[in-house]
Amino acid sequence: MSRGLAEVLATLLLLAGAAAAAPVDEKTVHDVAAQLRCVVCQSLSVADSPSETANQMRGIIRERLAAGESPAEVRAYFVEKYGEWILLAPRKSGFNLLVWIVPFVGLGLGFVLVALVLRRWSRTAPPRAPAAMDPALRERIRREVSEMDRP
Amino acid sequence: MRRGWLRWAIPAAVLPVLALLAYGFWTNPREIPSPLLDRPAAAFTLTTFAGSPLSLGSLRGQVVMLNFWASWCRPACYEEAPALERTWREYKDKGVVVVGIDIQDRDEAARTFLAEFGHSFPNAPDPAGRVAVDYGVYGVPETFFIDRKGRVRFKHVGALTDELARQRLDTLLKEPS
Repeated sequence: MSRGLAEVLATLLLLAGAAAAAPVDEKTVHDVAAQLRCVVCQSLSVADSPSETANQMRGIIRERLAAGESPAEVRAYFVEKYGEWILLAPRKSGFNLLVWIVPFVGLGLGFVLVALVLRRWSRTAPPRAPAAMDPALRERIRREVSEMDRP
Repeated sequence: MRRGWLRWAIPAAVLPVLALLAYGFWTNPREIPSPLLDRPAAAFTLTTFAGSPLSLGSLRGQVVMLNFWASWCRPACYEEAPALERTWREYKDKGVVVVGIDIQDRDEAARTFLAEFGHSFPNAPDPAGRVAVDYGVYGVPETFFIDRKGRVRFKHVGALTDELARQRLDTLLKEPS
């Protein structure tokens, strides 16, 4: 009887210990996982992938956060092991800046190009006055059309 | 004369994009250089399938061939398994330890795999995948060659062959300890 009680107490203590040692917010785990590329998938984040690898990685993220690491430190750990490739969004520094800037530069150049082309089109197609028609030709057309109407 | 500018502006815009695409198609997206090369190998302490403790620290001073595998990894892990055992037998008296780490596997299936190939080198499961992530493992099989000073020196992705193992191990054994 007393042994049973001791076991119940031990279990309760363990549960309490586990609860105290894991104050990790699942949203934080998800946020970190969403920034990491799932290594066995094509274009999926660790947060979105149902694979076992991603599942274990989420476990590791949770564990590291529970051990007191900041989200940035957890991310740095994965970068240290897999390289920057693991980050779904490249860091905004150095050579990587090109990736962030080039699309906007391209978009700007595209607008300039469209504007230039539109301006040229509107200039090269001025409203043309109908050419004056030879009165003799006009008379002939009128005559032939009226003949067509006749049965 | 001004009308001709579009004639070179369009190729000038398209060619760099084509060049980038061509470069992308020529490179293998699965071939990513490991940032771990020439860096100290991550320490680990696991329990082998035989029940004995296995830690990298206790192997310092020896060349370590660390192989990540899984019983569900067909056919590559099955192809390389005999070569692993042959390499172990050939090199175990020359200062080399072959270590197998089984990831994302079921205990029973893993034991069947080990029995099928009669692996006699230490093999341990990595149930939470911590060691696999410490080594930046993408998939199985992957093999890491660790020198006597405990640094990761080579990484091989895919099935290992006798020749490749021999080549890497001989290189590391020739280095002064």
